[in-house]
Amino acid sequence: MATTAVDQQPVVVEESVATKIGRFAGRAPVHLVLMLIALMWLIPTLGLFITSLLAPSDQAEGGWWNFLFQPSAWTLENYRDMFDNDSIVDALIITAQITLGATVLPILVASLAAYALAWIEFPGRDWVFLTVIALLLVPIQMALIPMFRIYNTFSLFDTIPGLILFHSAFALPFAIFLLRNFFAGIPRDLMEAARIDGASELRLFFKVVLPLGIPAIASLAIFQVLFVWNDLLIGLVMAQQNQPIAPELASQLRQFGSNLDVLAPAAFFSAVIPLTIFALFQRYFVQGLLAGSVK
Amino acid sequence: MSSTAIRPEFPPEGGAPAAPHKSRWRGLLLPLAFLLPAFFFLGIWVVYSTFATMWRSLFSDRGDRFVGLDNYERMFTDEAVQTAIRNNVLWVLIIPAGVTAVGLVFAVLIEKVRWSIAFKIAVFIPLAVSLFAVGVIWRIMYQEDPERGAVNAAIVGVQGIFGDTGVLSSARPSTEAITGTPQGGLTLQEAIEPGDVALLGLTAIRADELPEGAVDAVEPEPLQGGITGVVWRDFKPGGGTPGEVESGELGIAGVTVELREGESSSAVESTTTEEDGTFVFEEVESGTYRVAIGAQTFAEPFAGFSWLGPTLITPAIMIAYIWVSAGFAMVIIAAGLSAIPRDTLEAARTDGATEFQVFRRITVPLLAPVLTVVFVTQIIAVLKIFDLVLAIAPGSSRDDATLLAFEMWRRSFSGQNLYGLGSAIATFLLLLFIPFLIVNVRRFRTEAK
Repeated sequence: MATTAVDQQPVVVEESVATKIGRFAGRAPVHLVLMLIALMWLIPTLGLFITSLLAPSDQAEGGWWNFLFQPSAWTLENYRDMFDNDSIVDALIITAQITLGATVLPILVASLAAYALAWIEFPGRDWVFLTVIALLLVPIQMALIPMFRIYNTFSLFDTIPGLILFHSAFALPFAIFLLRNFFAGIPRDLMEAARIDGASELRLFFKVVLPLGIPAIASLAIFQVLFVWNDLLIGLVMAQQNQPIAPELASQLRQFGSNLDVLAPAAFFSAVIPLTIFALFQRYFVQGLLAGSVK
Repeated sequence: MSSTAIRPEFPPEGGAPAAPHKSRWRGLLLPLAFLLPAFFFLGIWVVYSTFATMWRSLFSDRGDRFVGLDNYERMFTDEAVQTAIRNNVLWVLIIPAGVTAVGLVFAVLIEKVRWSIAFKIAVFIPLAVSLFAVGVIWRIMYQEDPERGAVNAAIVGVQGIFGDTGVLSSARPSTEAITGTPQGGLTLQEAIEPGDVALLGLTAIRADELPEGAVDAVEPEPLQGGITGVVWRDFKPGGGTPGEVESGELGIAGVTVELREGESSSAVESTTTEEDGTFVFEEVESGTYRVAIGAQTFAEPFAGFSWLGPTLITPAIMIAYIWVSAGFAMVIIAAGLSAIPRDTLEAARTDGATEFQVFRRITVPLLAPVLTVVFVTQIIAVLKIFDLVLAIAPGSSRDDATLLAFEMWRRSFSGQNLYGLGSAIATFLLLLFIPFLIVNVRRFRTEAK
């Protein structure tokens, strides 16, 4: 957990100016190749962004790259239309609600369970944890058909709580796995000292374990926000009128080409929010990736 | 299953006050209270539904009839499911190795670069974007018309360098001495012998197709033992005589001229015209020949690959997937790389090992555990791919792009409602995860000991 790959600088060894120049010249091709790759990786997203800024007539006229250096052709008209489009705005609001609920709830549930698995001795504990590890791999597809029926029976179909609960359940195995391993790393002395002072398990959980677990919880929260915000499958199956943004727009893909002025801004805007979160907290994201690349 | 090595001991007697009833409370009820919410979610959404799906796979689509293993038989004889299985195999064979390799190369390259953070962010962005947005992004990239789709535009750019496109798109012979069509090549009917001059006049050429700076055509002198000739635009404003090279008529450069023996239609020799439209075949053996303008002169400009069509859809989705996942592999591998002791690498370099040898003999073996993690994670991820197929493949290509996780959804929910078949596909998918599940559990158990 301690390595923060993105921040890490290579170890700099003292060397003469001549070696430095020589090395730089020797690496010029590497720089060039890397710049080319970075460009290749940025171009697709840039294409979406520029397309989203073009009037429908310009989109029809030719490739977006023709307008790359023509800011006068750019317009926010498509975005204005998007915010006037009730179904898209509603879908964005629903997505935000689901994301919030399906991030807070599973983290809370998982940290309780992880605490028990890490710090409370009870018979069969390792079996419980092994089961959790096994459940990590169950694909969502496995739950769709039975839950579809249950959701219809209990009127959870097409509701925000229904989607939050579904996401929470499938977030749990990974969350418990990650948090349990993190909590288990808390120094034993610290826990014992608190116990000797007579702290109850709940107090221990809220006052010691949760605060110490914040880095892991943060990683988890970012994963979950990205996962829920970007989900297509669960929203597509378990909702109809109240679909989140990705499934809502997916139905519009059918007319791809004629409705780029709707699709492009919506796709870009729906990507901006996870991108912002990612940019702000990428350190935690990377840590989380390193801690549990299993999901 | 006690694993006291990494577990804390609980307060010894005399430490915290531990009354008998309290220890029993601690023994089971307390952990249960902490675990109950998780059990509720996992029990219903994951465990119950897993068994329910397996059970459901033994019943008919409407659920009213027990059909045994019929759904599995249907599944393996269903054409789309067979395609899905084939595609899944292809994906598993290509993608995990590909993503790991790309990640490894990136991680090694950025190691010594100051601006590695900027690079990482560029490669990382797709990972945060929803796969739906990724779909829109790549459908914009993959548009067939090279004027609109960046991928095909890039291919045109590369092709332009190699000049595969013909200089003309269409033309007609200016006199009846020449026959044929642009697609098959235009042949001068009159037999030619060494020392003759072949005049190949063309009309109906679009003005904008003549290369810039075209010069007046010149009728070449006959050449002893060779065949000369000219290809020109046999037209000038105000008319002119067809079949004669006149001043003001332009030569056509870059035309492929073929020399064909006798009546044969295959070329014994070919050349391209000069700026003034002239061409020369030197040292031609005596005999009768025909001169023709090769079909490649009229090769249509590249119309673009249809990436989203049935043939290329799977590679197209794979490219998009690599674009998404490279960042993941890169970061994990880069972290592993930074943990390799510098001394080992430096020692090898001092001993005269080349960078490639260091990479091949030291870096890769030391990284093996990390590479395995990335590889296995990617296999699992590939088996779960659903969104990308939905978002990138247009309806007409879905039959060819399909993967198991996608097919399960399509059969069950996209209006088909084949719940029996869908349950069978889901169960089969779960089966594919079992080996990884065992590995994961084993790994944990050895770690715990």
